[in-house]
Amino acid sequence: MRPVLEITDVSKSYPGSPPVTALAAADLVIRANDRVAVLGPSGSGKTTLLHVAGTLERPSGGSVRIGGQEVSALSDAELSAVRGRRLGFVFQQFYLLDHLDAVQNVALGLLYRGGQARARRAAAADALHRVGLGHRLGHKPAQLSGGERQRVAIARAVAGHPDVVLADEPTGNLDSAAGGQIIDLLAGLAADGTAVVVITHDPAVAAAMDRRVVMRDGRIIADDGNEGTGR
Amino acid sequence: MSAGLRADQTQKGPISPARSQLRAADLVLGALLGLRARKLRTALSCLGIAIGIAAAVAVLGISASSKANLLAQLGAEANLVTVTAGQGFDGSPAPLPLTAEAMIARIPPVESVTAIGYVPGATVRRTAAVPAIDTGGISVYAAQPGLLGTLSGSVAEGTFLNAATARYPAVVLGAVAAQTLGIDRVRPDTQVYLSGQYFTVIGILRPVPLAPAIDEAALVGFPVADSLLGLGGHATQIYLRTAPDQVQPVVSVLPFTANPAQPEAVQVSLPSSILAARAAARTAYAGLFLGLGAVAVLVGAVGIANIMVISVLERRAEIGLRRALGATRWQVGLQFLTESVLLSALGGVAGVLGGAAATAGYAITSGQPTVVPLVSLAIGIAVAIGVGALAGVYPAVRAARLAPAEALRSQ
Repeated sequence: MRPVLEITDVSKSYPGSPPVTALAAADLVIRANDRVAVLGPSGSGKTTLLHVAGTLERPSGGSVRIGGQEVSALSDAELSAVRGRRLGFVFQQFYLLDHLDAVQNVALGLLYRGGQARARRAAAADALHRVGLGHRLGHKPAQLSGGERQRVAIARAVAGHPDVVLADEPTGNLDSAAGGQIIDLLAGLAADGTAVVVITHDPAVAAAMDRRVVMRDGRIIADDGNEGTGR
Repeated sequence: MSAGLRADQTQKGPISPARSQLRAADLVLGALLGLRARKLRTALSCLGIAIGIAAAVAVLGISASSKANLLAQLGAEANLVTVTAGQGFDGSPAPLPLTAEAMIARIPPVESVTAIGYVPGATVRRTAAVPAIDTGGISVYAAQPGLLGTLSGSVAEGTFLNAATARYPAVVLGAVAAQTLGIDRVRPDTQVYLSGQYFTVIGILRPVPLAPAIDEAALVGFPVADSLLGLGGHATQIYLRTAPDQVQPVVSVLPFTANPAQPEAVQVSLPSSILAARAAARTAYAGLFLGLGAVAVLVGAVGIANIMVISVLERRAEIGLRRALGATRWQVGLQFLTESVLLSALGGVAGVLGGAAATAGYAITSGQPTVVPLVSLAIGIAVAIGVGALAGVYPAVRAARLAPAEALRSQ
């Protein structure tokens, strides 16, 4: 399988006295269809890894390649385009806009690609059907349950058929039943060729993924599926 | 994905990504939805702009309405000319000759002409019991039946002098004079005590803006002024209307025509131009109100800038989300700038409508034509948009500068 996301010797430190090293010499290769859980205690650098992998933050050192392309030399605008076209994000707090209905929230995921509004709405409705919310298209977030909101957020992440979906504690704000649905949904994405990387504390999520990456103190200390990182 | 490459980007290499795009329609729609989601805040924050623009539009509209009203009173042509008896070189009074009116009427462009004669020393009182010094400032003039036609005046009560009543002790009161005497109705037995005898009041005039002296006058016929008040038939002032395009030529020949013996003792003036100047002076107050409107707009702009900065702080997560979904920093900035412009434009539209409504209300209640200069509406909205853009720059830059990861971590 071709690699869709390659992180090589990536470090990230924040200025301060002393400087905080959030990520040190991290190596991670994600291929299409991969289903990866990133585990580790709070403060171990999981979210920083996700932000760096998602080009939301530039690494202090090392290389990030998305779809084979080195992103460190790209401008802010080019990075934005990479995020909009190749990556999908799912967050613990859902981050739905309260004043938009489900279709509008999902269509927001396609907004910055341009194209006809009608086509974006159609793709958004299609994505909502895929996550099982075909009956909730016109509902505002306040009219949806927590699990439904996160499903809307997943629909937003996958509406543009990204190479990788990066999810940060997607079940963290949900009860176990709703969380179970979200896990199934995320695990099912790989069937379409979309790689899934999930940061989680939830053993059920970790169990549903094919591969587990464990972090501690900014380092990847275990990776049970990546042939490239045995150290 | 490579299908989205543009020609200018292919030189960077085949893997250069397509750019993020944001259509103008999507930008505006998104901003409108955002403003609609916060209705009360939107309404309150564009209030300052609305008040400022409304004040400016109302001031301009009311002054334009007043001007239109005045022009209607003047007659569009402003062709009224006044000839007044003055003093000779030696300072002695130089009354107009008896022939003056007839001579002026012979000037071809003169359309109508009428004379009045000031009756010196004549007083008007309600009854003989009123002390003689209580004249109320009312002057007595002899007038001709054609006076109202030439001055575009009209009668509020009763009738004006005619060839018959001009021969009898009948008097027509100017609007202010009637008020001073406490007469608001004309009855058959309404009389005033005029220089030693009772005159019957046959009419009361409406105000004559072109000749304010008439408002404070009691008008009697020339024949009765001759016979009872000793005027001697001399006119002291002549009003005339000329063909509208011949005002200046007529003015230049008037002194010689009116008083060939002492042309330098004749004063010629154009009441229309005096009134127009007075109207222009009145609009000087408009500057004050425009200034107040500008202050309100400024305060409104600061309010919008303030609310937009708060909005950026409140919506850090949304900013982070949009960046994650592919928005460039300038697209995020543009979104906040657009919201600011729309907010202000909304205030501008509300202000323009409010100002136009205030103008209409004022004009209708004061019986003037409603004139709202269209250019003031356009300028009002343009100012609002410009102010909104200025107010939005700082919040937009703040939103654009927010790093995506930092924005997402904030919640």
